Amino acid sequence: MPDLVWFVIRRLFGAALVMLALSFAVYLVFYAIPADPAHLACGKPCTPDRLEQARHFMQLDQSAIQQYLSFLKGIFAGRTFGDGAAAVHCDAPCFGYSFPLARPVTTLILDRLPITASIAIGAAILWLLLGVSLGVVAALRRGRLLDRLSVGVALVGVSTPSFLLGLLAILVFGFWLNMVPVNGYVPFTESPVDWAWHLVTPWLVLAVIQAAAYIRLTRSQMIEELNLDYITTARAKGAGESRVVVTHGLRGVLVPIITLFGLDLGALLGGAILTEKVFSMQGLGDLLISAVAQLDVAVVVGVTLFSAFLIILANLVVDIVHGVLDPRVSHG
Amino acid sequence: MSSSVAVAVSPTRQALRRVRKDRSAKLGAVLVVLLVLIAAAAPLLVKLSGQDPYTYHLDLLDPAQGNAPKGAFGGVSSEHWFGVEPLTGRDLFSIVVLGLRTSLTIAIVVTLVTSVVGTLIGISAAYFGGWYDAVASRVFDFLFGFPQLVFMIALGIIVPAGFPRWLLLILVLSVFGWASLARLIRNQARSLVAREYVEAARSVGSSGWHVITRELLPNLLGPVLVIATLAIPGYIGAEAALSFLGVGVPPPTPSLGRSISDSIAWVYTGADPWFLFFPGVALFVAVLGFTLLGDGVRDAFDVRLRRTS
Repeated sequence: MPDLVWFVIRRLFGAALVMLALSFAVYLVFYAIPADPAHLACGKPCTPDRLEQARHFMQLDQSAIQQYLSFLKGIFAGRTFGDGAAAVHCDAPCFGYSFPLARPVTTLILDRLPITASIAIGAAILWLLLGVSLGVVAALRRGRLLDRLSVGVALVGVSTPSFLLGLLAILVFGFWLNMVPVNGYVPFTESPVDWAWHLVTPWLVLAVIQAAAYIRLTRSQMIEELNLDYITTARAKGAGESRVVVTHGLRGVLVPIITLFGLDLGALLGGAILTEKVFSMQGLGDLLISAVAQLDVAVVVGVTLFSAFLIILANLVVDIVHGVLDPRVSHG
Repeated sequence: MSSSVAVAVSPTRQALRRVRKDRSAKLGAVLVVLLVLIAAAAPLLVKLSGQDPYTYHLDLLDPAQGNAPKGAFGGVSSEHWFGVEPLTGRDLFSIVVLGLRTSLTIAIVVTLVTSVVGTLIGISAAYFGGWYDAVASRVFDFLFGFPQLVFMIALGIIVPAGFPRWLLLILVLSVFGWASLARLIRNQARSLVAREYVEAARSVGSSGWHVITRELLPNLLGPVLVIATLAIPGYIGAEAALSFLGVGVPPPTPSLGRSISDSIAWVYTGADPWFLFFPGVALFVAVLGFTLLGDGVRDAFDVRLRRTS
């Protein structure tokens, strides 16, 4: 086990370094923005000294490095802008403060996150289940109808942009068949049933598109695995077919599937952002797009870094699961 | 005795022969040729239809139905081949063919840029190895599993208002696109660097540039072609996605993604599903055509590209 512990520590350290480097790079890039956010805050008429005041209040008069350091400090200890009665406090973890919206970026993100996360997590579970089970069935019944059907689904999934498939699903299932709601989000805490009912179509749309690659991978991996010697041995010793497939065959499939899933996390977030727009749900994507339009740099930087951190963390979890499942990884 | 004949056929010709036998690849090739022709001749086709994508035709709309087009199929007529846009009455045929032209142009330019950059960085990483390779490989991994869409949207804020958006789209898609090609090419090139003929070239004192361009590159053209063809549908989809989200090509330049986005309201209410149909089919056929061709080219060159390794 110590091997695994070291592996986890190494990975944690690596992830922290990547986050640090990334946040610095992002801060430098977005610091170069030509539009002055203080200009929007200072109102009309904007006299030079009022502008200077606004810049000082928003801490824009500091150098890029200084601003970056206070940003980092804000994540762990919170930040305060200005002083006296007009001071604005932003509690830790503070990902910046949006002056146009007069709210901490962390609060803004946490308000929208449940929507995007509901879409992404539900879709991921569904696509993994769909992808692996259809892949296994296709491998066991090679050349039969179901095999061909899943290869066909895979092709359609690869060639249809998610937003197009989403709109088609709304048109067919929502409008013509009147089966599912076409838009809107219901919080889980309000009604779990309504929550799931509103999300079923987005989940299916994303799952069908992404499952394609998983069907193909599971199918080819399973076929390869079932031809290996130890499977023949297990069969010769009288192991039942279901035992052979589930305990022996699937184990060989899981590792490549997890690796692929790690690579798809970024695409998962992107897919969720597109899907929430199709189904008129106001998630992280909506927050980011309106912030870009309103030149709200704090929100843009906050959302960008937050989602990058999320992906890095999720990748870390995938890595560790990988290490647990396949000891060769944690030894190396 | 057959060997002397078989040797004389170049790998490229063999690959072409295989594409010709592959039915879905042939369908893909036909679709791609058709799409490229339509995109290239788009201004001519629009002139031929006697319309343009900017003129409003309010007389063709039905105010009783919230300004949806009058007539069946979204107002299809001998003048407006794909009907008209709801709310404005602009000619949908012009919008679709010119939108297709925008999409394909951006996707092809991005593919060219990322192919050149990715190939150079991938081959040089494999050839020089050492810390350069280590750093490059970390960058590939990093860009690969990245929330790219979020960054593409966010970058919109640092661009001055006067900067052309189509150029921004090309830049952004290229910045995030080259890594996956570079990574695959690096892995392919690594296996070549160890071969004897490369060793031989090095031992007679050939420069690094010579080995890369004369020895490695010709042997990697097949994989580059395959990866580039497979990447085009991804860029078409990404451009459409950004325009769909409202951060791509700005109006009034026609764009498939934006038209599809505009059609959402008309789909929810079922008032004019044809507004989704025409741009939607164009986008679907574009992605499908390049995907089929890409799969065919990959099988023909017999390149094994594993996403996981």
